[in-house]
Amino acid sequence: MTKNFPFSAIVGQEQMKMAMILTAIDPTIGGVLVFGDRGTGKSTAVRALAALLPKISVIAQCPVNSEFKHDVPSWAGIDEIETIMQETPVVDLPLGVSEDRVTGALDIERALTKGEKAFQPGLLARANRGYLYIDEVNLLEDHIVDLLLDVAQSGENLVEREGLSIRHAARFVLVGSGNPEEGELRPQLLDRFGLSVEVKSPNSIDDRVAVIERRDNFDQNPDGFIEEWLPEEIKIRHAIIAARTALKSVSSGTDILRDCANLCITLGADGLRGELTLLRAGRALAAFKGAQALERSHLKEIAPLALSHRLRRDPLDEAASGVRVERVLTDVLQ
Amino acid sequence: MNSGGKIWIQVIAALHLLKTDPAGLRGAVFRVRAGPVRDSLAKAIRKLAGPVTRLHPNMSDEQLFGGIDVVATLQSGNLKTTKGLFERQGWFELTMAERCDLHTAARISQALDQRQVCPLIVFDEGIDDEKLPDSLKERLAFYFDMSELAYSDTDFPDIDPLSEKNQPIQTSQTAVPTLVLLANEFGISSARAPQLALAAAKANAMGNRRKELSAEDLEIAVELVYPSRATRIPQECTPEEPIPEQETQPQQNQNQDTSDQDGNDDIELPNELLVDAIRALLPDNFLESLNAASPRIGTSGVGFGSQMKSKTRGRPRPPRLGRINGQNRIDIVSTLRSAAPLQKIRKQNTHDARAVVIYPDDIHVKQYESRSERVVIFTVDASGSAALARLSEAKGAVELLLAQAYARRDFVALIAFRNVDAELLLPPTRSLVQTKRRLAELPGGGGTPMANGLRAAGELAIKSALQGKTPLIVVLTDGRANITLEGMPDRAMALEQSGSIGRWISGLGFKSVVLDVGNRANPALIKVARDMNSLYFPLPRADAQRISETIGAELDQ
Repeated sequence: MTKNFPFSAIVGQEQMKMAMILTAIDPTIGGVLVFGDRGTGKSTAVRALAALLPKISVIAQCPVNSEFKHDVPSWAGIDEIETIMQETPVVDLPLGVSEDRVTGALDIERALTKGEKAFQPGLLARANRGYLYIDEVNLLEDHIVDLLLDVAQSGENLVEREGLSIRHAARFVLVGSGNPEEGELRPQLLDRFGLSVEVKSPNSIDDRVAVIERRDNFDQNPDGFIEEWLPEEIKIRHAIIAARTALKSVSSGTDILRDCANLCITLGADGLRGELTLLRAGRALAAFKGAQALERSHLKEIAPLALSHRLRRDPLDEAASGVRVERVLTDVLQ
Repeated sequence: MNSGGKIWIQVIAALHLLKTDPAGLRGAVFRVRAGPVRDSLAKAIRKLAGPVTRLHPNMSDEQLFGGIDVVATLQSGNLKTTKGLFERQGWFELTMAERCDLHTAARISQALDQRQVCPLIVFDEGIDDEKLPDSLKERLAFYFDMSELAYSDTDFPDIDPLSEKNQPIQTSQTAVPTLVLLANEFGISSARAPQLALAAAKANAMGNRRKELSAEDLEIAVELVYPSRATRIPQECTPEEPIPEQETQPQQNQNQDTSDQDGNDDIELPNELLVDAIRALLPDNFLESLNAASPRIGTSGVGFGSQMKSKTRGRPRPPRLGRINGQNRIDIVSTLRSAAPLQKIRKQNTHDARAVVIYPDDIHVKQYESRSERVVIFTVDASGSAALARLSEAKGAVELLLAQAYARRDFVALIAFRNVDAELLLPPTRSLVQTKRRLAELPGGGGTPMANGLRAAGELAIKSALQGKTPLIVVLTDGRANITLEGMPDRAMALEQSGSIGRWISGLGFKSVVLDVGNRANPALIKVARDMNSLYFPLPRADAQRISETIGAELDQ
């Protein structure tokens, strides 16, 4: 097992880090898409996130990481109920993965040796209540994308194959990363991501020197480096836990809801998912910053992340979608 | 010594560094085709590496990552898995890397990121514009174009082997800023380049049993890592205080002083010698490639297009019941899956000693679905006459069509013709980002080499058709052709040639649309369009909506 670079030691990339922290606070925001050039630390950040997430309580041995007894699927065949604390799962979905491995399939070993018809859970089961990470998401095969869309929509994985008929919960935060120059993402999949972030290489020399130095220190002595950054990591983790509790008490008045709707209408964002994500992400941000209520300043900060990928594609508009959002933001929120 | 010999010495040096620190440097790319040079290279690698695991671009995931070992499973009755090639130790070698599609490249890249296949030696055997995916090239420390090397260049006594990686190397205070600044100077934006250069410098120091990085280590590292990644040549401004050879006390103090202040100018420019060293190693035609209209062609992704080569086999569909007829392939897992639940019953009936009883009814065969991809080849007249009149409007029309092509998920290619020649600005891609950028950068002016433009479009159409795509050529021009194929100004000849190229295209059976962007409909262009057997639209009368409808209809047929 290779060790992961600490999240807090990543230089710059504030938007990306913020987006990931927000999904950790409120998983219903619905995932993060990180698009950017090569060598900007996309994958590093996602893999670093795992260490940052608070532990969750699960029932031991449960294939879908259920929290309560009644959630454990019957096919799992678990008799003894014992609750343990476990790291939030961050599951890698490799490119070229087979459908069987994603949804789960007939357990061949048991079928061959014992003649039993048993279900072998797939990656979707393992990712339940956690994160599903797809590197190079824009290169994912279409039929796997279809499958993910369906599951992400319903929050449930339904397997109907080889005489098996099984369903289990599959709620996960989808995290994707990719390089737009290698191919675009299907609009349907794009829409499933709550927040989208565009990352660039840092411009300042100092930042870049810091990137290389930290990476070098990490490579030389991973354990020492992780230890060194542990206080920072713990600080963020505590902030996430605190924000999760505070989230319920963050109020959002009618005015601010109007602002959300106004923004989305002016931008012509498709569907109502834009408003919902904007609202949820805004509240999570407010909670993270310790604010009592959702304010315009929060909306301003989060709108580019929540809305820029929901705009209708307009090849005639030269401006990047992020710029368009900024433009409308200043118009609507003055 | 000639340049080939120099490259060879570098190659050998790089291989030694790889042996010293495989995990840090990841590997090397060699652009070399089969021949004596490659044999020498292979020999050098064998000598250093011992047995090498060979990878191939068309290997399945099962081979790479491991999977179910069917034979052993059937024999023992227990699930047996094979070990994937990625689990092996030692050196890896990827041959014919130019055939590697983006998916395979992405998988290998992920393995590289997890330090699984280090070091990886990649042989890029591409001709012309065939090359390995950039995502892979970027991760490996070294890149050598050896296509110009002669066998005699490789006749060089081997250098002393470096010692193995043992003790950690002290990074000097100035090493990292120097590397980062240098990368910046040469327009290298990825953070991986300085990282790899640092690793190379350390490997060199290690190999020479030094405890600290010296100027020499840095020089070797940047010479090996940076030239292939450079996207620009630094301006000729000499640093006021070049870093002295011994990077010691005074430098460190200065750096500490300046680190608090904000601003790039405070850190001194990197050693002039280093800049010169890299500059000397840039390929001879480097400036040309930079000055070309599309400097990013060499550095950007290959687009989604090349991936379609493998589409000749199509995307996999669920396996279905079938017979083995020698042409289809058995899907073993589904076959076993279908047989598995019945094993108990079958064994009771047959008293067979076999671990698994499979009946012909269980056989599932693999299925693929292949679908012809469309590619719209925009051939845009960027000559002076068109530019004056309505180049911007033509661009607008192309963008409108692009939006449509994007919605239909077609591939888009862009060819521009001006002055005396045509140029492929964008090979078939699905990336709207790139297309828009290229179109915006499209300069105007010069003569109208229409025949050249049409020929380039026709050639690209043939190439696309060979890859199993359906091409559609869309020509935007005012039809005032005045440059012949040979690049000579001759109006009559130019039109004549355009007509014959047009007939060639129509003879090949490709569909085409001609949009007249002139102020008035041009009879000469109508004739060429007729020769091409294509639809003709004068832009003044055809509004944007109608154009896109027509092209859409043309695509649907």
